Amino acid sequence: MIVFVVRRLLTSIPTLLAVLTLVFLLVRVVPGDPAIAILGDRATPETLAALRAELGLDRWIGTQYFEFLGHALRGDLGTSMVTHRAVWTEIAEALPHTIVLTLAAMAIGCLIGIPSGVWAALHRNGTIDVLTRLLSLLGLSFPVFVSGIFLLIVFALQLHLFPVIGNPRPGDWVDGLHKLVLPAITLGIVMAAYVVRVTRSSMLQVLGEDYIRTARAKGVSRRGIIWRHGLGNALIPVVTVVGLYVGILIGNSVLTEIVFNRPGLGKVIVSALTQRDYTMLQGMMVIYCFLIVIVNLITDISYGLIDPRVKQ
Amino acid sequence: MTDAALSAPLSSRRATIGRLLSDPATVAGLVLCSVVVAGALLAPWLSPRDPLEQNIIDRLTGPGSEYLLGTDQFGRDVLSRLLWGARISLMVSFLSISAALVIGGAIGMISGYIGGRFDLVTMQVMDVLLSFPSLVLGMIMVALLGSSITNLIIAIALTAIAPFARIARAPVLVIKERAFIEAGRALGFSHLRILLVHVLPNIVTDLLVMGTLWMATAVRTEASLSFIGLGVKPPTSTWGGMMRDGFENILDSPWLCIWPGLAILVLVLGLNLVGDGLCDVTDPKATQ
Repeated sequence: MIVFVVRRLLTSIPTLLAVLTLVFLLVRVVPGDPAIAILGDRATPETLAALRAELGLDRWIGTQYFEFLGHALRGDLGTSMVTHRAVWTEIAEALPHTIVLTLAAMAIGCLIGIPSGVWAALHRNGTIDVLTRLLSLLGLSFPVFVSGIFLLIVFALQLHLFPVIGNPRPGDWVDGLHKLVLPAITLGIVMAAYVVRVTRSSMLQVLGEDYIRTARAKGVSRRGIIWRHGLGNALIPVVTVVGLYVGILIGNSVLTEIVFNRPGLGKVIVSALTQRDYTMLQGMMVIYCFLIVIVNLITDISYGLIDPRVKQ
Repeated sequence: MTDAALSAPLSSRRATIGRLLSDPATVAGLVLCSVVVAGALLAPWLSPRDPLEQNIIDRLTGPGSEYLLGTDQFGRDVLSRLLWGARISLMVSFLSISAALVIGGAIGMISGYIGGRFDLVTMQVMDVLLSFPSLVLGMIMVALLGSSITNLIIAIALTAIAPFARIARAPVLVIKERAFIEAGRALGFSHLRILLVHVLPNIVTDLLVMGTLWMATAVRTEASLSFIGLGVKPPTSTWGGMMRDGFENILDSPWLCIWPGLAILVLVLGLNLVGDGLCDVTDPKATQ
C-alpha cells in the first residue's frame, strides 16, 4: 500500500508542474498589457514602467518562469497588488471556510445520493426509479446560484427558518452550523444528483454479476447481498465520481459563497477579478489546481482501500 | 459506433428517431427546448415592450395585467427582457460548444490518429485543462480578456475543449487499427481524407450527444458568469444578469429572481433530457 501511495505521489509531480506552467502561460499569453489593465489607459509611461518592473514583467520570460516556479514550489505565491498582503495569507484565511462548505456538501450528496441510488436500482423501471431519475436530472439542471436563491427565498425570506446572510460569528459553532445548512444543501443537491445516477447504474451492473447469483444460491440474506456484495463492489465508480465532482464543487462554492454572503475563496477570487489583482489570481489558480491534484490523489488512494486489486 | 452503424440503412436511422420520440422524457425535453428557441426567435413579436425601455414610475411593479411578469428596478418589463435574454443564452452556449466540439474533436482525432509521444503530450495538456474547475477557468479567462460576448464565447469554449478531445480520441485509437483504414492507406489516401471521410463519421454521433449535454453546461456557465458580473455588459438583458439585478432587490421583489431562474432551469433541463435520451438511443448501455 505504501509503495502504491508513493508511486501515485510521484506521478502527480509532472501534473503539478504542467499546471503551474499553464497558469504562468495563461496570465501572460492573454492579449493586453497587465500594467495597462491595472493602471488604466491614462497612466504615464513612467508609472507603467515602474509597475512592470515591480511585477517583474520587464525581464526575459524564461527568467520570469523559473522564478515563478521556484517561488510557487516553496509556497511563496507573491504579494497581493491591492491589499499588499501575502497572497498565501489571504488564501489561508479563506480556505477553511470553503473546505468546510465543500465537505458538508459532499456529506449531504453522499448521504442522499448513495441510498437513493441503491433504492432506485432495486426498483428498476418502477415508479421510484423513474421519480429518482427525474429528480436527479432536475438537480443537475439547477445552476447553484439559482437553487441557492430559490432556497433563500423559501426558507429564509418566507419561512424565516434560516438567516439570510451566512457569515458565521467566529467561535460560535452552533451559529456556524445553522448558517451552513442552506449553503451546504445548495451545493449538496447537485452532488446528490450525480451520485444517485452513478450509484444506480453501477449497482444495476453489479447486481447482474455471477457472484451475486452465487451469493444468492449460497443463501446469503437479501440485506447481505445488497449492502456487502452489491454496494461494496458498486462503490468504486461512485468514489471516482465523488472525486471528480469535488473540482466542480470547489468551482460552484464560489457562487454559493456569493449568494449566501459567506467568507471563503469565492469572495477572494471575485474581489481579485474585479480589482484585476493579477498576483492574487495567479495564486488562486495555483491553489485551485493544487486542491484538485490532492483530491485526485486521495481518490486514487481510496481505490486502494476499497478495491484490493488496485493495490497490486 | 462502428463502421457497421455508419452504413446502417436509412430505415434504421428512422427507427432511431422513432425510439427517441417514443420516450416521454425526451419528448418533454424537446418541448422545453422548443419553447425557449421559439421565444428567442419570436422575441421581437412576442415582447410586449422594448426590453431596454425604462419606466421609473412603474419600477418594481409586481406581476399583473399591465406587466405580466412585473418590472425591475428601472421599470423595465421583465417578460420582454426574459424573451430577449433567451437569445443571448442560446447564442453563447451554441457558438461556444460548437467551437469546443470542432476544436476539441479535431485535437482528439489527430492526437489519437498520430499516437506516440505527440498523443501523450497532447492528452497531458488536456488533463491539465480538465483539472481546472471550469467555472473558475471561465471566470479568469473573461476577467483577463475583458467582458464581451465574443470573449464569453471563447472562455466557455476553452473550458469545454478538453472533454471533447477525450471523447473523440478514444474511438479513434480503435478505429485506426481496423482493416478499412489500412485499406485506405494502402490505396494512397491522404491522412486528411482518412480522418475526415473514414474516421469522423464514426465518432460524430458521440460528439453530438456530448455537445447537447455540454450545451446545458454552457447555459449554466454563461448564466453564472453573468450573475457574478463577468458576462455580457448591461443594459443587454441576460438571464444571469437579470438574476443579479433581482438579487439586489430580493427582499421586496423576489419575482425578479424567480422568473429568470425558472427560464434557466427550463432550458438546462430541456437540454439535459434531450441529451439523456440521445445517450440512451445511441448507447443503451450507458444509462441502463
